[in-house]
Amino acid sequence: MSWTDIAALEDIPVRGARIVKTHAGCIAVFRTDDDEVFATSDRCPHKGGPLSEGIVHGKSVTCPLHNWVFSLETGEAQGADEGQIATYPARVENGRVLMDLSEINKVAA
Amino acid sequence: MTQKLVVIGAGMASGRALEHLFEAGADWDVTLFNAEPRGNYNRIMLSPVLSGEKTYQEIVTHDEAWYQERGVDTRFGTRVTEVDRAAKIVRGSDGSEIAYDKLLFATGSNPFIIPMPGHDLEGVIAYRDLEDTERMMNMPAGSKVVVIGGGLLGLEAAAGMAARGVEVTVVHIMGHLMERQLDEPAGYLLRRALMDKGITVKCKANSKEILGQDGKVRALLLDDGTELPCDLLVMAVGIRPNTKLGADCGLAVGRGIHVDDQMVTSDPDVLAVGECVEHNGAVFGLVAPLYDQAKVVAKTLMGEEAAFQPREISTKLKVTGCDLFSAGDFAEGNGREDIVFRDPARGVYKRVVIKDNKIIGAVMYGDTADGNWFYGMMKDGTDISDMRETLIFGPAYQGGASVDPMAAVAALPADAEICGCNGICKGQIVDAINAGAHDLAGIRATTKASASCGTCTGLVEQVLAVTLGDEFVMPSVQSVCGCTDLSHEDVRRLIKSQELKSQQAVWQELGWKTVNGCHVCRPAINYYLLADWPVEYQDDPQSRFVNERNHANIQKDGTYSVVPRMWGGITTPDELRAIADAAEKYNAKTVKVTGGQRIDLLGIKKEDLPGIWYDLNQAGMVSGHAYSKGLRTVKTCVGTDHCRFGTQDSTGLGIKLEKALWGSWTPHKVKLAVSGCPRNCAEATCKDVGIICVDSGYEVSVAGAAGMDVKETEFLAKVPTEAEALELTCAFIQIYRENAKYLDRAYKWVAKVGLDWVKEQVVDDLANRKALAERFELSQSIYRKDPWADLAAPQQAERFAPVADFTLEAAE
Repeated sequence: MSWTDIAALEDIPVRGARIVKTHAGCIAVFRTDDDEVFATSDRCPHKGGPLSEGIVHGKSVTCPLHNWVFSLETGEAQGADEGQIATYPARVENGRVLMDLSEINKVAA
Repeated sequence: MTQKLVVIGAGMASGRALEHLFEAGADWDVTLFNAEPRGNYNRIMLSPVLSGEKTYQEIVTHDEAWYQERGVDTRFGTRVTEVDRAAKIVRGSDGSEIAYDKLLFATGSNPFIIPMPGHDLEGVIAYRDLEDTERMMNMPAGSKVVVIGGGLLGLEAAAGMAARGVEVTVVHIMGHLMERQLDEPAGYLLRRALMDKGITVKCKANSKEILGQDGKVRALLLDDGTELPCDLLVMAVGIRPNTKLGADCGLAVGRGIHVDDQMVTSDPDVLAVGECVEHNGAVFGLVAPLYDQAKVVAKTLMGEEAAFQPREISTKLKVTGCDLFSAGDFAEGNGREDIVFRDPARGVYKRVVIKDNKIIGAVMYGDTADGNWFYGMMKDGTDISDMRETLIFGPAYQGGASVDPMAAVAALPADAEICGCNGICKGQIVDAINAGAHDLAGIRATTKASASCGTCTGLVEQVLAVTLGDEFVMPSVQSVCGCTDLSHEDVRRLIKSQELKSQQAVWQELGWKTVNGCHVCRPAINYYLLADWPVEYQDDPQSRFVNERNHANIQKDGTYSVVPRMWGGITTPDELRAIADAAEKYNAKTVKVTGGQRIDLLGIKKEDLPGIWYDLNQAGMVSGHAYSKGLRTVKTCVGTDHCRFGTQDSTGLGIKLEKALWGSWTPHKVKLAVSGCPRNCAEATCKDVGIICVDSGYEVSVAGAAGMDVKETEFLAKVPTEAEALELTCAFIQIYRENAKYLDRAYKWVAKVGLDWVKEQVVDDLANRKALAERFELSQSIYRKDPWADLAAPQQAERFAPVADFTLEAAE
């Protein structure tokens, strides 16, 4: 894996998210209550809602448009809805958020 | 041949190292220097000394006699001033020169003193040694002490002094106490327990300056302007390895004195142990690793092989009545799972963090009996997949136990108020049940509990269920969401009666089943907290729906709409020009006149929001809150200013109402209108509050709707003056804010409680009307401000842009 420094952990609000723009589209980087970070596609597969604007609870996010709930760990839609969002490796080291962008760069190439 | 060992520092680490040496019968001629005028005492037991549970004598581990028996040349009160490594000589402050074959640094650490203004005043101390402890013990009961630092040491100091009757305030910069050892829920419980001991705890508090008088500390000033008066100020914000002597004599030093696995420094004849060392980048402050190091250093001195390996450590707080345990890692990292157990009745919280079927961290509060069981499995890397289901209940409960949804109500004390309208406590309801009232109607008839507004019905039923057991069949109520079995009404009432003032308090005391709620309950709880505790609770943007967090309405394509406020629907040519300029500058796709008498700019990009807000602010405009569960607009007609039929200044009253109500959060959106005469051009009779002006005054009606349901308002009261119309409106909005279920429009809520009850409260009872209006004004003193102005400020504006942009980099 090759880790790229994205931002300081503090740049992302607790129980919130920020956007990273890439050639393969917007990626949402979430920060949970416990300061874990998760990176997923920002686009809800239902109607394209921006997941980074959703309410983050536990290790899930709720799409702001129609309340689809996704696991940040697996990217799977929860409950009755069926769908999947892409997830990307992300971690925190010394207060910095790191992401592995190799998959994304492959898509973009 | 006997070799000469010189030890610098008589602390816990070197004390333990010497014990190991002598136990093994090693042949050393030892000289021990100590700057403190005494031998080794158990420093971690200073807290029980402070609180009076132990005496100093009881915590001495090695006294003068112990050293004498072992032939140690002790030089207590003598500071080492110089180490000459070339000559292998140590020089002391008493002028002595001692030669060594091996030298052991055990210089420990220094407390970190924040170099803020006033840190050198008399009465500012650290919490490190016996002198500091004695200083705190000598504070008379009733004196005031501020402790900076809500970590292990700071809290032990605070609790120790509080036990002696000192008024203690703890100031902590982080969001919760002991954030390195505890997660937020456990931190919340700890804070509550400390507050029960009479300690004031201020989290997220930034110290700015220590204020003095005649060279002596007088108060601590926080950066929000709060002054905390104190006679003594204790800084317990951390320690720094004491490396000065090591650095002076040229040893390799980073944060601490560098040592290898054998505890040998960069000089093969010099070793180091304890809090002064740095090993593989880590420094040490807790006792367990220091003892491990002591063992290794003794073996190295004896020429035996040994290697220091840092291990997982666990922490317990030595404060009577605060039972907490923390071990391992419970933050950061992917692929981790939580198992959480809460028992509000006993004030218990347990959380175990699991990765790859192994325990990697554990936090527990209130019941730490199983702490070492979890810690043992964590150290051993035990696979827990077989006991997963019952793991959290500990070794004794491997058969399983169930959580009682009624625990929250069962735990309430007898004097907890259940019915706010009639002031009925749990005890009175239980008495009534015991006297034969075995159903809701019986309770209502005998105590009046739940007989007024009815929002406490669910709680009364739970008291019935808890008291009667199987005799009472609970009617099914709709809970807020899957995170709790309580209804909205129950939660609201419990937030009031138990004075729950934070989300953590709600999750814990009401036994939430999830770590921090979900998208259904979080916005509701956030609203209830800010409505009931406007001063104490701070609004949490992350518990808000996107529109309220971003202060603009999200559209289906992810862009936003921006609606500046037009007070009472009145605007000016200058405002219109500024709106037109903004529409062009930020490429508004559509400009629309809304039904609420203002202008909507649609299709604004998220990153442009701070910019357009700034521009509109410059033209004197503020947010129209077209996105909020709060006051939207006050629609008006032109009234007596222009209209030949107008009876009162309806525009003026509309503007006054809008200026009074704007920025307030409500259970759902609130729309008002004021018409200048019964022709009702402002369509006031389908609003949440509608006012019709007549010659003799103002007819105020409420609970209209013109959305999914269409409903005419119901007449509330007629008042003779504009001032009364304003007060009545504010009182109605406040009683709605205080009682309605989140996402109930006013008409739905009034249908539940009945208009008659509302009239009793705000029309007939003038004192109550005034009190409601005053409570509304208190809340508005905080929320009546423009969110756009805050968010357009540069440091806030940043968060509307991507945090990183890799599309700008050249494609490789």
